[in-house]
Amino acid sequence: MARDIDTLAEEIQGPSPAAILRRRVFGHYGLLFGATALLVIVALAVLAPLLAGHDPYAQSLVARMKPPFWMEGSDPNHLLGTDHLGRDYLARLLYGARISLAIGLIAALISGLIGTTMGVAAGYFGGRVDLVVTFLVNVRLAMPVVLVALAVVAVLGGSLQVVIVVLGFLLWDRFAVVMRSSTLQVRGLEYVNAAKAIGCSTRRIILSEIMPNILNNLIVVMTLEMAHAILLEAALSFLGLGVQPPTPSWGLMISEGKQMMLFEPWVIAIPGVALFILVLAINLLGDGLRDITAPENRS
Amino acid sequence: MLTFALKRLGLAVLVALTVSAVSFSLLYLSGDPASAMAGESATSADIEALRRLYGFDRPFLVQYADWLFSALQGDFGQSYYFKLPVSQLIADRLSITMLLGVCGISFALVTAIPLGVAAAVRPNSFIDRTALFISVMGQALPSFWFGLVLIVIFSIQLNWLPPSGSGSWKNFIMPTVVLGYYAMPAIMRLTRAGMLEVLNADYIRTARAKGAGEWRVMFKHALRNAVVPVVSLAAVQMGFMLGGSIVVESIFALHGAGYLAWESIGRNDLPTVQALILVFAGFYIVFTFLSDLANAWLDPRIRVG
Repeated sequence: MARDIDTLAEEIQGPSPAAILRRRVFGHYGLLFGATALLVIVALAVLAPLLAGHDPYAQSLVARMKPPFWMEGSDPNHLLGTDHLGRDYLARLLYGARISLAIGLIAALISGLIGTTMGVAAGYFGGRVDLVVTFLVNVRLAMPVVLVALAVVAVLGGSLQVVIVVLGFLLWDRFAVVMRSSTLQVRGLEYVNAAKAIGCSTRRIILSEIMPNILNNLIVVMTLEMAHAILLEAALSFLGLGVQPPTPSWGLMISEGKQMMLFEPWVIAIPGVALFILVLAINLLGDGLRDITAPENRS
Repeated sequence: MLTFALKRLGLAVLVALTVSAVSFSLLYLSGDPASAMAGESATSADIEALRRLYGFDRPFLVQYADWLFSALQGDFGQSYYFKLPVSQLIADRLSITMLLGVCGISFALVTAIPLGVAAAVRPNSFIDRTALFISVMGQALPSFWFGLVLIVIFSIQLNWLPPSGSGSWKNFIMPTVVLGYYAMPAIMRLTRAGMLEVLNADYIRTARAKGAGEWRVMFKHALRNAVVPVVSLAAVQMGFMLGGSIVVESIFALHGAGYLAWESIGRNDLPTVQALILVFAGFYIVFTFLSDLANAWLDPRIRVG
């Protein structure tokens, strides 16, 4: 029997780094589940216009509160039924995924930019810069997030853009904390000292010596904060001070379904389960990435 | 110890002052609070009258200093909506929120610590995996939706618990669970990690060698030491929890400070919202300050470093 040359090479040399990484990824069920579920949700959101079959804003007085497919009296035209205004629930759910993903991604990017700048500056320069950043993180942690976000959205007026910016400016604390401690760990290593010794500029040391080596921690925090932002947007929209109707946000769908949940619990069950799966997938992906990039911390 | 305490106190006061400045200026983001208050149908004369009445025509810093000095004396001004002193409104509503916070953190501790201990005693066992599963699931569960699901199951289907109000102890069961579960995963993980570390310590081996029973070793020797960081985490979580009560109180129509915050935001009642942000932040600052002190008192290494 002819043996695969790669297997032979591996027996002689030991597994290549890529092979080790591949094994870790495929041996981590949480990571696999999270990545797959997130990919499916992203695909559904991107392909929403093709898959929905209905306009998520189109109302129909004759087709209100149609039940979903597993209940009696369902309409094959509306797989997940219709809401109190006769809008197709599946279409609203699919377009709602776009809202949640966009808010999570952009808010995490904004807060990531703010938090990383502060954290890296604090870790690299230390001294007064560190004192100021630590103080700002303390101030931020003392502010009640939901209350401040609600108040600011109420003052500025609820819209997708406002919610994204407000969340982006509120959720940078964990980025700052993690990037600060990661930078502190990397700062004293030989290659950073070597870069200093050959006269590299501070900008170059931070961008090409420090940043690449703390990037894995940044990505992990990014996923966790994305999940956090998605949950907060849903809560704000649920309380009526987030994304405004008729936008198909999942939090808003739950809020609108609250009136009907006495008799039709599926109205809040469907968007709620969608929200739960999305947040779970992102969290599992983040936890999994942390495990495979830092296996020594695995519990 | 005294120097450490004074330093921490100074930091806490500085944080509180900064939060007050931020929360005061946040609500001026719209540019003109008077026209926001007056509503869309108001004439410019109405707006001008409101501006004079509430002193919005003065320079910003003067307004802030004035507000801060009154606030330090416990006077947060008049509520625009209720026409009552804000401090009285908040004092009336705060007891429900405090009760809810105490119940929530107690629920989280009572469920999370035994789970964490059980998980640490047998790592990778069924209990350990179940505990991990619960904590992963719990962190993805939106609290407002969890509250609604509980109402559908326990109030509507089973008719066991009242869906809203604050008349009896039964009203507090569901809000306690919804507020408390979110703090569980962190407490459980910390208990588990602490126990794992402590169980390998020399004094545990000594206790076992003396012939102390397994239960005695676990609870008298190990848990006592492992629980120290958990207590300070619980204090911080309690501060977060009071801030999170706004969602829970609005779902279960509990008329506490969180509900007041939600109503006041909807009514553009600026003085009440500003005071509530400061009160919630104040609780967080006090709790973290106390937990810092407790930690330093229990662990001398923190005082020096």
